[in-house]
Amino acid sequence: MKLNRRTFLGTGVVASAALSAPMVMASGKPRVVVIGGGAGGATAARYIAKDSKGEIDVTLVEPSRKYYTCFFSNLYIGGYRSLSSIGHTYGALAAEYGINVVHDWAVDVDREAKTVSLAGGSVLSYDRLVLSPGIDFVDGAVPGWDVTSQNKMPHAYKAGSQSELLKAQIDAMPQGGTYCMVAPPNPFRCPPGPYERISMVAHVLKEKNPTAKILIVDPKAKFSKQALFEEGWANHYDGMIERVGPDFGGDNVSVDPDAMTVNIDGEVTKVDVCNVIPAMKAGKICEMAGVNDGNWAPVIAHTMQSKIDESIHVLGDASAQGDMPKSGFSANSQAKVAAMAVRGALTGSKVFPAKFSNTCWSLIDDNDGIKVGASYEATDEKIAKTSGFISATGEDAALRQSTYEESVGWYAGITADMFG
Amino acid sequence: MRKILSLFNFAFGVLTASLMTLPAHAEDIGDADKGARVFKKCAACHQVGAEAKDRVGPHLNEVFGRPAAAHDGYRYSEGLRSAAIDGLVWDLEHLDAYLENPKSLVTGTRMNFRGLSEPNDRANVLAFLRQYSDDPSNYPEAEPTAIAPEVELAPEILSIVGDRDYGEYLASECSTCHQRDGSDQGIPAIVNWPAEDFVVVMHAYKRKIRPHPVMQMMADRLSNEEIAALAVYFEELE
Repeated sequence: MKLNRRTFLGTGVVASAALSAPMVMASGKPRVVVIGGGAGGATAARYIAKDSKGEIDVTLVEPSRKYYTCFFSNLYIGGYRSLSSIGHTYGALAAEYGINVVHDWAVDVDREAKTVSLAGGSVLSYDRLVLSPGIDFVDGAVPGWDVTSQNKMPHAYKAGSQSELLKAQIDAMPQGGTYCMVAPPNPFRCPPGPYERISMVAHVLKEKNPTAKILIVDPKAKFSKQALFEEGWANHYDGMIERVGPDFGGDNVSVDPDAMTVNIDGEVTKVDVCNVIPAMKAGKICEMAGVNDGNWAPVIAHTMQSKIDESIHVLGDASAQGDMPKSGFSANSQAKVAAMAVRGALTGSKVFPAKFSNTCWSLIDDNDGIKVGASYEATDEKIAKTSGFISATGEDAALRQSTYEESVGWYAGITADMFG
Repeated sequence: MRKILSLFNFAFGVLTASLMTLPAHAEDIGDADKGARVFKKCAACHQVGAEAKDRVGPHLNEVFGRPAAAHDGYRYSEGLRSAAIDGLVWDLEHLDAYLENPKSLVTGTRMNFRGLSEPNDRANVLAFLRQYSDDPSNYPEAEPTAIAPEVELAPEILSIVGDRDYGEYLASECSTCHQRDGSDQGIPAIVNWPAEDFVVVMHAYKRKIRPHPVMQMMADRLSNEEIAALAVYFEELE
C-alpha cells in the first residue's frame, strides 16, 4: 500500500482512540499538549519531557505514524536519499522520554475550557498548548488547482506520498518533455526549497532525459540564494531551465489539471509534470484555535506565546514571529525557547534569555552544496535578525563539498534532536 | 599502508607477519624530522612527548602496538571502543590506514580529520610518532608538542567557572547540528573536550581567526560567561 494520509487517518483513528482513553484521566501534574510532530512539535515535546524529568505530563498529537521530513525530501527527488532514510517514527519519544504519542488529528481547540478535541473522539486537557502544525495551502491561490488536484499536479511540499508521486512523474516524463513548477509567493515554507527542487529535478533529467525542459512560473521578482542557484544552474544544467518572473506574467497563472496545461498570462502551455506549490497559511488547527491574524499566528518573541492567548505557544512555519525564515531549523530553534518558557511557567524552572538561529543548506548538484544562515534575538516587537552569512558565488569545489557534507551531518543532528 | 608495505617488500625482500606486530624503528618508517612538521596538523588536538596530556584527543605516547581505545583516562568514542572489541591494534599498518582516512577505518570515530592522502606524509608523521613509543628513554627532551593556542586569552577569561545549567540550555542550540552522542557525520563532535580547549576554540571563532561562517556567527554573540557555561556542560556530558 502506498502512503496516503487518508488511509493513515482511517486506520489511525481506531487505534489511537483506544490508546488515548486512559490519558484523559488527570495525573495531577501540569499537562502540555503538543499538536504536530515535526521539527517544532517533536523538539518541543522532547525538550519539555526531557528537561522536566517527569514533572510535566506531555502529550504529542501527530496523525502520521511515520513522519517524513520536508527537509531533504528534495534530495530524495534528486536520487541522493531513499524515502525511508527521511522517515522517522515516534518510538523513542514514547519509550525513552515518557511522552504520550497519540496518532490522531486535532480537530478543535476550546480555549475557555483549555481542551483539544481529536477526530477519534477523545478530549485532552492542557495547562499549556503548543501548536506546531506546519502549513496548509490558501484556497484558490492558483486558479484551477485545489487539494483534490494534488494527485495530478502534486505540491510535494509536505513530504511522503506527495514526494513519491512527484518523483514517479518525473521518471515517467517523455523524452524532451516539460516539467513545470508554479512557485509560491512569500511568505512560504523553506525559501530556498523550490529552487533546490529545481536543481534536483534538473539533476535527474540531465541523466535520464537530457532534452527535457524545466519551466518555473514565479510570482516573485527575486528568490533566496538566487545568485548562487543561477550560477549553479548555468554551470551544471545550461539551457535546461527557464524562469518566468512577474515581469513576464509569472504572477498571473492558472492551471487545468485534467488537460495538464498551464496558463501564463493568457498563454496556454501543455506540460508533462506540473508541480504546483500554492500560497501558504498556518496549519488549519491555528484557525480553529482562533490564534491567527490573517494567514499566520502572531507570537511574542521572548517565549513563542500566541499574542492572542498566552496559554498557547505557536512554533515554526505557522507562526508570524518576525525575521526568521519558515524552516525546520527555525522551528527546532524556536521549540527550545518555547520548551524553556513552558517549563518555567509550569514548574518554576530557570528561564534564560531567548536565542534563535537558522541555517539552510541546499544542494545544486553532486557535492555542490550552498548555505545561508543567521542568528536572531527576541525583541519586544519581533524575533529580530542580528547577523548572518551566505555562501559566495565562485567558491571552490572542496568548500562546496564540505558544505554538502555538513548538511548531511546537520540532518543526522537535527533528526536526533527531534526524535531522540 | 599499501604503498609503504610495498616499499618495505622492495627494500627488505621479506616482511613477516610478526614484524608487523612489532613496531618498526622510526628510521625504517620515514623521515621523523619531516614528520614533526606534518604533526602540526595533529597538534591542535593531540600532544606527544614528555609531559604530554590528553586534550581533545588522547596523548600519543606509547601508541605503537597498543590496542585501540586502551589508554586509561581518555573517553573514547563508541566507534573506537567497538573497534577495540573487534581487535583493532595500533600497529604500523592500522595507524597508516587510520591516518589516510579515519572514518573509513573506524566508523563513528570522533577524530574529525580528513586524513593525509599523501603516503609520504603518513610515513613521516608515523616515523615521528614512533620515537615516542616502546622505549620512554628515547623521548626527545622537549616540551610536549602542543602548538601555541590559537588565541591568547586573558587569565580572567580562562578562569571563569561556567554555569552548567545555563550551558545546558545554550547547548540545545548546538545540538541542532552537533550530535550529543558524539557521532560525527559531517559535523564534528564536540562532547567531552577539555573545557579549556573548548573555550580557546570558541574564542578563536569569535575573533574570526578560525574560518567557518556558521561558527563565527554563533560564537560572535556568546559572552565570555556563556562560552564558559557551554565548555563545562560539554566537558561533562555523559
